[in-house]
Amino acid sequence: MLIFEHSRPGRVNPAQIPGATAGGEDLPAVFLRRQPLLLPEVSELQAVRHYTRLSQRNFAIDTHFYPLGSCTMKYNPRAANKAAMLPQFLARHPLAPESTGQGFLACLFELQEILKAVTGMKGVSLTPMAGAQGEFAGVAMMRAYHTARGDSARSEILIPRAAHGTNPATAVMCGYTVREIEVDQQGDVDLESLKKALGPQTAGLMLTNPSTLGVFDRQILEVARLVHGAGGLLYYDGANLNAILGKVKPGDMGFDVIHLNLHKTFSTPHGGGGPGAGPVGVSERLLPFLPVPFVGAHSGQYHWVTEKMRPQSIGRLSAHMGNAGVLLRAYVYARLLGREGMPRVAEYAVLNANYLFKRLMALGFAGAYPARRATHEFLLTLKDLKDTTTITATDVAKRLLDQGFHAPTVYFPLMVPECLLIEPTETESPEDLDAFVDAMADIWSVAHTAPDVLKNAPQKLPVRRVDEVRAARDLDLVWRKA
Amino acid sequence: MPFIPHTQADVERMLATIGVDSIETLFGEIPAELRCAPLAGVPEALNEQDILRLMRERADQDGRFLSFLGAGAYEHHIPAAVWELTTRGEFYTAYTPYQPEASQGTLQLLYEFQTMIASLTGMEVANASLYDGASALAEAILMAVRLHGRSRRIVLPESVHPVYRQVANTIVRAQSIELDVVPVGADGVVDVRHVAARMAGAAALIVPMPNFFGRLEAAAELTAAASDAGALSIGLVNPVACAWLSPPGEWGPGCDIAVGEGQPLGVPLSSGGPYFGFLACRRAHVRQMPGRIVGRTVDLDGREAFTLTLQAREQHIRRSKATSNICTNQGLLVTAATIHMALLGPAGLRQVAVTSHANTARLVARLTQIPGVRNAFPGAPVFHEAVLRLDVPVADTLRALEAQGILGGYALGEHYPQLADALLVCATETKTDADIELFATHLERIVSKRRLDPPCAYKD
Repeated sequence: MLIFEHSRPGRVNPAQIPGATAGGEDLPAVFLRRQPLLLPEVSELQAVRHYTRLSQRNFAIDTHFYPLGSCTMKYNPRAANKAAMLPQFLARHPLAPESTGQGFLACLFELQEILKAVTGMKGVSLTPMAGAQGEFAGVAMMRAYHTARGDSARSEILIPRAAHGTNPATAVMCGYTVREIEVDQQGDVDLESLKKALGPQTAGLMLTNPSTLGVFDRQILEVARLVHGAGGLLYYDGANLNAILGKVKPGDMGFDVIHLNLHKTFSTPHGGGGPGAGPVGVSERLLPFLPVPFVGAHSGQYHWVTEKMRPQSIGRLSAHMGNAGVLLRAYVYARLLGREGMPRVAEYAVLNANYLFKRLMALGFAGAYPARRATHEFLLTLKDLKDTTTITATDVAKRLLDQGFHAPTVYFPLMVPECLLIEPTETESPEDLDAFVDAMADIWSVAHTAPDVLKNAPQKLPVRRVDEVRAARDLDLVWRKA
Repeated sequence: MPFIPHTQADVERMLATIGVDSIETLFGEIPAELRCAPLAGVPEALNEQDILRLMRERADQDGRFLSFLGAGAYEHHIPAAVWELTTRGEFYTAYTPYQPEASQGTLQLLYEFQTMIASLTGMEVANASLYDGASALAEAILMAVRLHGRSRRIVLPESVHPVYRQVANTIVRAQSIELDVVPVGADGVVDVRHVAARMAGAAALIVPMPNFFGRLEAAAELTAAASDAGALSIGLVNPVACAWLSPPGEWGPGCDIAVGEGQPLGVPLSSGGPYFGFLACRRAHVRQMPGRIVGRTVDLDGREAFTLTLQAREQHIRRSKATSNICTNQGLLVTAATIHMALLGPAGLRQVAVTSHANTARLVARLTQIPGVRNAFPGAPVFHEAVLRLDVPVADTLRALEAQGILGGYALGEHYPQLADALLVCATETKTDADIELFATHLERIVSKRRLDPPCAYKD
């Protein structure tokens, strides 16, 4: 039932509404709203009950194992939420003077320093509000760099076929054309394809390493040498940083510019689809172009660095300084981990992924790159299973939901047929991984004996399979009173 | 190790299953020269007690102020239930609802949100959020250029939030889109005739309502001017104002796109984020919309069900041909906003708007009794902000107020040289008569002292 269907005309919550004030309604009628406002008229209890019940129709990290590949659904520590929700932090106005926010700015400054340390970059700006905006900032800086050098014929961004869709979409938003390059049989960038694509038109290469195929590109130093040799820049998509946190710095691999997803690696909550935060880091030569504002320090006082101090900056990406509350949560998480804890994240994420990979392969599931070591995630392909049983990646995903597990990422990367991208993260216990293996073992056997059970899954959720074709054909995006 | 559950016995068993002798072996494919030393730049770990102590100290250091700042971020009362519910783990720790059967809670909530935003703005459809108001304006500009198809020039009044204009420029300039800025008049709004003269051959017009100065533009006439020239119109609105003031769908021939900052709907100020942007439009234009959209449909048994829809617009399907690169958006803030709007209802949200307007009127009336403080646009209608001119230096005055625990408003001089002596003030429903009186008393003392005793007068 929708909240609107609980509504009764005239029902109000006086405790939450400001009192009427005399003389308020003095605006001319021409400025006033004419049509009725369709908001629910429900009691506080009705609203609380409705949204509590809705919450119970979700899978979440707090309730379910959530091995969604390339999304790093790890535990979100409560301390981070508690600290970020301290009343003074919540009440602080974004335009309040720096003098009234030294505590807040100290946290952000230190977070910038921590991110510089883990990435090996020379400067960090925290302002991008999600990974895709970080990508935009990164590619815009590449463009600004080439333009500042008078090297404006560079019109093309190279992107491996396995990349996230945000990479090509971002390159186009930054005014570039996209050229896809191939990945070799082992999942590494195909060097011949790269060499063929490189030229005076190359602005740069966008790369995720480890890639979305769940493997570490072993030839990364050669890739960097080739791209730099052609005058291009190397962009690091930090979606998979969890796999190498504290073990390898993107700066050491030769990357010139990176973005991080703090809602992945630094454990800020995913919130049902955001907010995230996508800080960017740059090498020395891209420092002048960092997006503003970011935090500077001088004689123990913190201040905003703005376009006045950075005239070559690509500019601003948000009305204020980005997703401050997300950044505070990431800062608390980073301090809880500390120097020793950072590499432990990568170690146990990789341990969990390799353990799960090994056990699923033992059941008969096919790895897309079985000869390779898994990173923090791995890719299965169900092509053979589909050919023999008609069971698809979707069928497996839906059955997992019935068994109490969120499904892995399905049908991504697009180049691998019937694939499941599985990322357990370091915060899952071996018992939970084993329970997932048991569920997959059951699926494997049912696929061969009673495939209809999988085709009809899920059965135990609030709804059965949803008619997505109808949703797109008979668009119903807004409720109307019958 | 923080948040890692493994015992030593677990590790040994898992390594044996994998068939390697150490965790380090699992990193064997990474070239040895790339392996880094311990991270000197990261401090030693703190436990929960110590980090919470540190964070409380820093929060205490920042303190709390009596604030009359607005300028795009507004202090409103947020019902206690809003964030109690929003931070439930089932909302807080879920992700984008890619698996609809396991995400009906988030999906239904987003559908309810789209319905509320569509009604609030008077538009036919809405999406499930963008990052913030400024980036939503940039996305609306890109959408309008796609819809128009022939022009890449956008007419942008100077009365639009100056940082929004900067953000729009950052985001759209690489696509050769021109932002044609129309100067604001001496009365704090743009002249409809000036705008109309610029509309020929333009793709779209931005109509801010209220504008950055709190003033009410001639929205219907501006929208009509855009329509007459074959251009689209983009209403940039405060969602709380829409509960009382005429929304974009009602302006003249009706706006094509409505966008804005969602923060006033239940989101704390939080130094600037996370907030959320909203975008609503005509149904005919829905396929050019950026961002996630939720649709209502049925499941196999014909039961009501919700799912992400029109995903063929999006980056994960369409890649370089997507309507935007946006992926993660602001789901949790939308959760808060939806619950906020449900608790306030139509009458409650309207009352927030009316009371904020009334409090600002009282604030202006009281402050302009002070000799040396004038209303920059006397008699002109505003929503809940106003521009005051001071005959003493604005920055010094703000500093003196800050020393008294008061944030007295936003200095307009940085972005508007013609208003170098002016302050943008705001009083929402959170301000009492006593708050206003306290502000007035301090301001009066500061202004009269400066008038009698200018600090550097002899240097003139």
